[in-house]
Amino acid sequence: MISLRPAKEFRFPVTAECVSPDVFEGKSLSEIEALPVREGNKQRKLRELFKVEEAAKEDQAEDTFIVIHGDVTKVRRIGARMTRGEITVNGNVGMHLGEGMKGGSITVQGNVEGWAGSMMKGGIIKIHGNAGDYLGAPYRGSNEGMHGGKIIVYGNVGNEAGAHMKKGTIKVYGNAGQFLGFRMRDGTIYVQKDSGDRAGACMVGGKIVIGGFIESVLPTFTIDSVKQKVKIEENEAAEGPFYLFLGDLSESSGGKLYVSKEKNPHLSHYERFL
Amino acid sequence: MDLLIRNGFVFDPINGINGEKMDIAIHDGKIVANVNERRAKKIDVHGMIVMSGGVDIHCHVAGAEVNAGRLLRPEDHLGDFEPKTSVMRSGVGHSIPSTFTTGYRYARMGYTTIMNPSMPPLEAKHTHEELNDTPMVDKATYPLLGDWWFVLEYLRDGRIEECARYVAWMMTSTKGYAIKIVNPGGLEAWGFGHNVNSLDDQVPYFCITPREIIRGLCKVNKLLDLPHTIHVHTNNLGKPGNYATTLETMKCVEDLATGNKPAIHVTHCQFSAFKGDDWKTLESGAAEIADYVNSHSHVTLDMGQVIFTDTTTMTADGPFQYTLHELNGRKWVNDDIETETSAGIVPFRYRRKNYVNAIQWSIGLELALLIKDPWKIFITTDHPNGGPFTSYPRIMTWLMSIKAREGTLKRINPRARSKSLLPSLERELGFYEIAIVTRAGQARALGLHNKGHLAVGADADIAIYNVNPETTDPSREYKMVRKVFRKAAYTIKGGKVVVRDGEVVKHVEGATMWLDVKTDEQAEVTDEMKRRFREYWTVEYDNYPVAEDYLQVSHSITVKARV
Repeated sequence: MISLRPAKEFRFPVTAECVSPDVFEGKSLSEIEALPVREGNKQRKLRELFKVEEAAKEDQAEDTFIVIHGDVTKVRRIGARMTRGEITVNGNVGMHLGEGMKGGSITVQGNVEGWAGSMMKGGIIKIHGNAGDYLGAPYRGSNEGMHGGKIIVYGNVGNEAGAHMKKGTIKVYGNAGQFLGFRMRDGTIYVQKDSGDRAGACMVGGKIVIGGFIESVLPTFTIDSVKQKVKIEENEAAEGPFYLFLGDLSESSGGKLYVSKEKNPHLSHYERFL
Repeated sequence: MDLLIRNGFVFDPINGINGEKMDIAIHDGKIVANVNERRAKKIDVHGMIVMSGGVDIHCHVAGAEVNAGRLLRPEDHLGDFEPKTSVMRSGVGHSIPSTFTTGYRYARMGYTTIMNPSMPPLEAKHTHEELNDTPMVDKATYPLLGDWWFVLEYLRDGRIEECARYVAWMMTSTKGYAIKIVNPGGLEAWGFGHNVNSLDDQVPYFCITPREIIRGLCKVNKLLDLPHTIHVHTNNLGKPGNYATTLETMKCVEDLATGNKPAIHVTHCQFSAFKGDDWKTLESGAAEIADYVNSHSHVTLDMGQVIFTDTTTMTADGPFQYTLHELNGRKWVNDDIETETSAGIVPFRYRRKNYVNAIQWSIGLELALLIKDPWKIFITTDHPNGGPFTSYPRIMTWLMSIKAREGTLKRINPRARSKSLLPSLERELGFYEIAIVTRAGQARALGLHNKGHLAVGADADIAIYNVNPETTDPSREYKMVRKVFRKAAYTIKGGKVVVRDGEVVKHVEGATMWLDVKTDEQAEVTDEMKRRFREYWTVEYDNYPVAEDYLQVSHSITVKARV
């Protein structure tokens, strides 16, 4: 087990793609300490920014295990493109956490900035605090959204969570911002509480389930039926009843938007179309 | 300093030199007969190929639409960036690299002259600003004149000579090099939401047909005695069955050709060689086009080869770009440029397993292999429409090696493979022919007398590749040859070594070539013309021309017109 502690309070953004089990694996402590990171426009070594320690792990698991203690809000791209192993962060994390990750797991005990799990293909990210905008969404301009894996957020998420999503699951136990599942093609997004407006805008496939309040459903969605429960993933279902809307008709009608009936009495006027 | 390049195998098709061991002397940026051996810097290139610097006849590298493409595609920059070094500026971009990076990447491949093929005259200043920032290569740009209102009106009234004077004025004021015609008539029609579907369709409100525009501008080109022919992007480009339109386009100027001089250049011909009724029945029309080109001498073509990659399509053909967006559903930009032309941009991924894309890939190579005379067809990808220019080495090896072609054929869509003519084509190009399709032929078609060859008096733009033509069989060792063409051992620009072993070692500015067309009589600027500029253009007549001091390194070529 490797533990990292920030050696100081960072003033400038730090880009630390090297903080990943794939990179750390098979390296000695001194090799890990010498890994390159960027601080602002300066090239640094990991030991200049972090106190790196090696600690014996109780259960001698095969995979590398990284623990970060302290606030790393300014540190970006932690766990980028990782394929195995585990990262735990006891604090807040910066942007692009687990960008393009293919496997392994990341657990964050604090909040996460934007683009967490951006373009991820596999693995699991658990966030116990809040997540920023563009959760699981692609790089700006790209349409290569989340291709697989799972993101679980116990707090709230920002705007455009799951944009361009192709596969995988996002579960949010708090509230979601606007444009949830924007242009999504497949996969599942579950929000236990409220959602901002324009959920499912331009979606052409996949499933969005909103368990709380939503002010309005886009006019380009059409009501299909009322469902008693919705499957979220294997062995997990959300209890309804839910209004099922199909859309986004401005693109196609392949997307499914489930909205809680109980929490949204103002949408009851849709029932006359059933 | 003088340079002496010794012991290389020289391939110089314009002067008929085929792999002879020769020394080349350089003095003051020009090739000379000999230099003082003791004082000159000697480069021993024993066992290497020496060619003139590459010439690209058609690549969208500068201007408003290229820049809009850069803005549209931040994701294109994500995976492909180059940091600053002591000689290079930093840059980004896979399919649309930033200006400096474009220059560096061309130089690394041994290219030293590039032609930016579509410049809306209204955007001339922007285009030249970007060309100024494209180092390492000489460059020029073609103004789009096929849908310019004044041209349409003069041609409608049959006033060819007046039209020629205005084109001359336009060429000089926009600092252009050749007449570019894109989907003649179609772009004007696009302003009203229409397109033209054949050479004899009427352009709305102008009572003129694409045939009259092409023929008219071809006559204008002859009257002005411009070095290049008209540079035509055909009507119906990118539509199944369009090979017939392409044949018709080539035929319509048949009678205007004199001697063996070409009268028309059909650009990115692959996109204009589709047979079939719709996308499902799409087939290659390369054989028909090649038959025609083989039996006529007034046409030159360039391939517009498709590469299986993610790229950005951009042309002045607004209606075609809109169709493309409808087809792939990706983000898009479309624009009607006032009284002159239109434009569109759509990102596109060419996929091996897609039937249409695989057929397109096959068409490009079929054209290049079926057309017997390499002086008539040149390597391009219509950068970035078919793929980025950095894939040229890949195309060279496809043309040089059956094995390389088979390698890709195996992986493409099976239905497309069964329809492709490639398995039946045994032709393999040698280094001599590659030198024609990548530099000599292009320089000759462009009328660049000092480029594309290595005779005394030519510009000292030289590319040296580390491959021994005596011991290498490009047909079998195509992977090695591809690598070698990607990274020139030396690129020499204007007598200076700018690239060594594929790395840029010196930053040089390239010149912008433009035509100073001298007509006997000046184009008459009437009050009526000024009034229309005021009414229909966003730029006043007086602010329209690009002054010569706008160009960082100006290289004017004086042309004496016959009007």
